[in-house]
Amino acid sequence: MYIRSLKFGTTEVEILMAVSAPDRASVRRRFSPRGLLPLLEALATPHGVDRYLELVHPMLTLRELRAVVTEVRRHRHAVTLTLRPTRQWQGFSAGQFVQVSVDVDGVRHRRCYSPACSQYRADGCLELTVKAHDAGVVSQYLYTSATRGLVVGLSQAEGSFTLPEPRPRRVVLVSGGSGITPVLSMLRTLCDENYHGEIGFLHYAPDAEHVGYLDELADLAARHDNVRLAFGFTRTGGGHVDGRFCPEHLATVAPDSDSRDAEVFVCGPAPLMEAVRGVFAAAGAEHRVHTEEFTLTPVVTDVGEASGNVSFSRSDLSAANTGATLLEQAEAAGLRPEHGCRMGICFSCTQVKKSGCTRDVRSGELHSDPDTEIQLCVNVPVGDVVVDL
Amino acid sequence: MAERTIPLTDQQIDELGRELDALRQRIVDDLGEDDRAYIYNIIKAQRAFEVLGRASLFASALPPFWLLGVASLSLSKILDNMEIGHNVMHGQYDWMRDPALNSKQFEWDTACPSDQWRYSHNYMHHTFTNIVDKDRDIGYGILRMAEDQKWNPYYLGNPVWAFLLMVLFQYGVALHDLEVENVLSGKRKPAQNKALWQAIWRKVGKQTLKDYVLFPALTGPQFLSTLSANATANLIRNLWAYSIIFCGHFPSGVATFTEEETENESRGAWYVRQMMGSANITGSKLFHILSGNLSHQIEHHLFPDLPSRRYPQIAPEVRALCEKYGLPYNTGRFTKQIGSTWGKIFRLALPFGGRPGDATPDADSVEADEGDQVPTAA
Repeated sequence: MYIRSLKFGTTEVEILMAVSAPDRASVRRRFSPRGLLPLLEALATPHGVDRYLELVHPMLTLRELRAVVTEVRRHRHAVTLTLRPTRQWQGFSAGQFVQVSVDVDGVRHRRCYSPACSQYRADGCLELTVKAHDAGVVSQYLYTSATRGLVVGLSQAEGSFTLPEPRPRRVVLVSGGSGITPVLSMLRTLCDENYHGEIGFLHYAPDAEHVGYLDELADLAARHDNVRLAFGFTRTGGGHVDGRFCPEHLATVAPDSDSRDAEVFVCGPAPLMEAVRGVFAAAGAEHRVHTEEFTLTPVVTDVGEASGNVSFSRSDLSAANTGATLLEQAEAAGLRPEHGCRMGICFSCTQVKKSGCTRDVRSGELHSDPDTEIQLCVNVPVGDVVVDL
Repeated sequence: MAERTIPLTDQQIDELGRELDALRQRIVDDLGEDDRAYIYNIIKAQRAFEVLGRASLFASALPPFWLLGVASLSLSKILDNMEIGHNVMHGQYDWMRDPALNSKQFEWDTACPSDQWRYSHNYMHHTFTNIVDKDRDIGYGILRMAEDQKWNPYYLGNPVWAFLLMVLFQYGVALHDLEVENVLSGKRKPAQNKALWQAIWRKVGKQTLKDYVLFPALTGPQFLSTLSANATANLIRNLWAYSIIFCGHFPSGVATFTEEETENESRGAWYVRQMMGSANITGSKLFHILSGNLSHQIEHHLFPDLPSRRYPQIAPEVRALCEKYGLPYNTGRFTKQIGSTWGKIFRLALPFGGRPGDATPDADSVEADEGDQVPTAA
């Protein structure tokens, strides 16, 4: 799996990189005396070995997980990337997501994407399909600029939106728009497992052009008798089903039985997930509905007035936003965060903002990216804000 | 000093503050890929010098390789400490959101633990710049560097203490946060230093292991010549860092302030204090990079969190603002500034060593000399 890395050379470290996981331990015993890594770390202090290796090649890392783009397929509204991860990758379960980070105009951005491929994909690569949002910094960057050889940051897979073990008797997969990727991964994974239960696959998109996987889905359905496919095209019509989700749509992909005994996996816009949940709740089977939330950056409307709540997640404290700086509000909540100048110059009070929008009191600039570091002393919350403090 | 050190009205100060805020905002809005590329190029150069230096020393018994090793390692450590470490830890690259260049996570190739440095330097020194009795960087608790520091016989040793500090600079910096002078005077309890000591020992231990045990041992029979080369590289970095840093606030003409006059100061007044309390050094582009752009100490103190490559860009504008408001813009060749600094070290060893006029600079006395390339605004 990692044989391609051999081109980097012949030293011990590089040999370690070049072999697949099961062989690695034996190679380490043969080529690398116990203690080589601590020695390398001691020699590379204070920066660490990866900070040197990455300058030789960005995919050459001992600890950090990264991935290189090996294939780019552009569609009308999205781009499909194939990523080959570094050896630290531990694999994923269908339905989980990974965080991908890229540098756009000097700034690192991180976004979550669910791999669309089977969890058993033979070459160990990941397939991500990224819809190009008009205002999306990362999606636009990947859509317009991603090329073979681009190296991105990668996280291990996360998320509990997965198929249960043992597999349920019947599975219904419902998706809307770019929510197709985790459920497509489930479909492909079940097909790879030679799963014999019935699989219903119901997908909503504005029109046929927006479904990048149309041909492949048709092919999968043709090869697997147990897969039933239905599309709803909300803008143009002309799909297997019309209009919004309703029990009849469910019957289209799961006709032979009372489909409410199936496990349902839904990923898409909130109204779609609510509609599915509603249908199952009516039958007292809400527990069979598994959903994956789309988290969208909230749009900021009012800047002047203090609204919402400020939450300090690590301390489990929450209070109404008073409009004061986050440092002052944290102190008012009884916290004693580390700080210094209280005027934005010393960076002692920097903490991670998990979510929400803040305004820099010096420039008036708004920041709404999640999981970013902010200076508490010069930022005020605009609406709900969660700080990791 | 009952009278104000700042020769401006409150209105002028506010106006100047607004102009500097606008200047800062313009640069912040412009930050992007070029700034990232710049710092990564510097990092690549630093790591390349380091690898070249370490590799050369595998032949350290041969004088040319010893010399090459020392030169490369010295450059590596100077770049690491000044243009990379000092500036990264100021948060100059936090906007990039790159964990490798994050002010809170970065650690540098010197004895001082980065978190202690951030406290004593980023907060204490940059917030209370040149306020006597508050900014411990005035003399670092061991030297008399301002007339307003009360003389006592200990200061007769001023030049000796300064020389020792220069030679052992990385350890001096590492011990700075312990506030030894306050412990001796009873203002600080020794117990407060326990955790700091532990962190210093850990960091010094790692640095010593690398430079004075592991790398020399790897070169086998050349252990001693490799060790001497590593020690020399550390010494050269010490001399350089000391000299650049002492030129930042100690050349003659730099103003100091009292606690009373800086109470409740406005943002504009804070800016003015930074400008009047700092001094630049003129020189080539390479000189600026090796100084970590602390040769633009004035610009750095105004905007400590702007990437350092921006300081030379904004220097003409800052200088023009100084002229517009009749404020000094203290700059000069390296030899002039470091000479002036050593002069002060010797002068202030004596009780009446201060020259009248040193404490209150006037614009004429600190005009640019012939080495300065910054154009004078009309």
